[in-house]
Amino acid sequence: MTREDILKPENKVAGKPALMNDTPMHYCPGCSHGVVHKLIAEVIEEMGAEEKTIGICPVGCAVFAYRYVDIDWIEAAHGRAPACASAVKRLWPEHVVFTYQGDGDLACIGTGETIHALNRGENIAVIFINNAIYGMTGGQMAPTTLMGMKTSTCPYGRQSDLHGFPLHVTDIAATLEGTCYVTRQAVDTVANIRRAKKAIRQAFENSINRKGSSLVEIVSTCASGWKMTPEQANKWMAENMFPYYPLGDLKVSF
Amino acid sequence: MSEKKDYVLLKGNEAIAKAAYRYGYDGFFGYPITPQSEVLETLALDKPWETTGMVVLQAESELASINMVYAAGSTGKCVMTSSSSPGVALMQEGISYMAACEIPGLVVSVGRGGPGLGTIQPGQADYYQAVYGGGNGDYRCLVFAPATVQEMADFMGLAKELMFKWRMPAIILSDGLIGQMMEKVVLPDYQPRRTDEEIREQCPWATNGLGLKNRRYNFTTSLELEAPLMQDRNRAMTAKYDEICEKEVRYEEYKTDDAEILLVAYGCSARISMSAVDCLRAEGIKAGLLRPITLWPFPTRRICEIAGQCKKVFAVELSEGQMVTDVRLAVEGKAPVALIGRSGGVVYSPEEVYEEVMSQI
Repeated sequence: MTREDILKPENKVAGKPALMNDTPMHYCPGCSHGVVHKLIAEVIEEMGAEEKTIGICPVGCAVFAYRYVDIDWIEAAHGRAPACASAVKRLWPEHVVFTYQGDGDLACIGTGETIHALNRGENIAVIFINNAIYGMTGGQMAPTTLMGMKTSTCPYGRQSDLHGFPLHVTDIAATLEGTCYVTRQAVDTVANIRRAKKAIRQAFENSINRKGSSLVEIVSTCASGWKMTPEQANKWMAENMFPYYPLGDLKVSF
Repeated sequence: MSEKKDYVLLKGNEAIAKAAYRYGYDGFFGYPITPQSEVLETLALDKPWETTGMVVLQAESELASINMVYAAGSTGKCVMTSSSSPGVALMQEGISYMAACEIPGLVVSVGRGGPGLGTIQPGQADYYQAVYGGGNGDYRCLVFAPATVQEMADFMGLAKELMFKWRMPAIILSDGLIGQMMEKVVLPDYQPRRTDEEIREQCPWATNGLGLKNRRYNFTTSLELEAPLMQDRNRAMTAKYDEICEKEVRYEEYKTDDAEILLVAYGCSARISMSAVDCLRAEGIKAGLLRPITLWPFPTRRICEIAGQCKKVFAVELSEGQMVTDVRLAVEGKAPVALIGRSGGVVYSPEEVYEEVMSQI
């Protein structure tokens, strides 16, 4: 096969989804956000739901999510995305409505909104990027920061007597009657990316079919915040994050 | 032949609720707090979701309520919340976001005595909160001050019209007295909620996905990291605010033609002041009342004109002195300005206002 043959559209095996635009991403090399954005764009495109999807972006690194995926977006105040999504979905019941939130947003400042939206069984999908750190503000301690993990606000490592314990917010979500699908995924390997995409698709289907609340946690890297290379970050995540936040479905009832 | 009107006897808070679905509001998101809980209670009882399709949701907090209003408003829907003083304090974050993103949405604020938890009796000490804003940044809200239960209903329509016309948050600043008091009221005729097609035509900025394949995608955000661009955005909004000050000022006058003593009061204080004006007139004092209907934009120019013929101007309000600041600015030193204030839930009688005026002139 010549180079020209390879470039023919019919021979294309992978590509950028049409909903991803050409705006240069502000994410650091090795960050999980870019991969998850692409999966969301692919899923919406495959569902043919471009005109029936409303995304709610967070405060945090994904604050500019609306710049990269060509759907209608609402930028929420820090932590308020699940409240925003609740109202939007009730007023647009035929739409896919999803939030995209980090750990500080979803599990700290927005814990109340998260728990109550999920417990009301709002027909929304919540995509939860858990990288155990506040990336955007420069690497501070998050509710999901592991014990002993060093951040700029626990420079000697997280200690229970000073900082309390990591919050298992996804496990809490699985106990709520309003949730129909709670799962924990990652995007560090091709196999995991495929599983994560399937989970996002399921959560979006649940939203449009009004099956209840879905939460898809993506255990993620923050190479810059963790002060590692992208490769080291993936390795560190597998060795330290996965034992504490094990991948797999926590609840499937739809 | 006089037109027959269907009067009903309602509390101010009930009138708000019933006017909401009759004016075709799409959604209400609220949280209980005295003295405004009847708004949510009336909606829950009347079940408008079965008739007009209006969504009613009891949120987990005022923070959630206002952010529900923000997001639903972003999609082009006509939505509202209601609360009282400490609850409205929590909403300031969302109100600032709404103003920044030029999102229409209504907050009904039924004031009580403060600060802090304060009391549950009527108060007008949230004038600064509504007019000057407790949220961050340079922004304004349209602020309407009803003085009757009828106006509670009527201003629901006015607020809907103007908040979409100008794309900004609106506040109906009431108080526990008007909210809890029962009066006869004529409710508006039913207006249909807007269809998706109407929203698409009227709100091309809305983030609802409609027609996405034939347009650029929309996003609602207040974030702008380039300082000069952020300034441009603020200046565009300021130009809009200046235009509103020219076009949307509303007020009512009572016996001001020959007034030498001017009382300026809004909401329940205006009703009390009106009786006080009659008491003063009975004593041969040429008193008059100007009642701001819009607190922002404030009737600055008209107050200035009347002040030119006055010996003294009084601001009458249920606070230790908030609106009086705007009255002083409006009067421009043409007459002395004094405050007749009560606070913490204490309400004056017309006689008390009369006596305070008499003791100071």
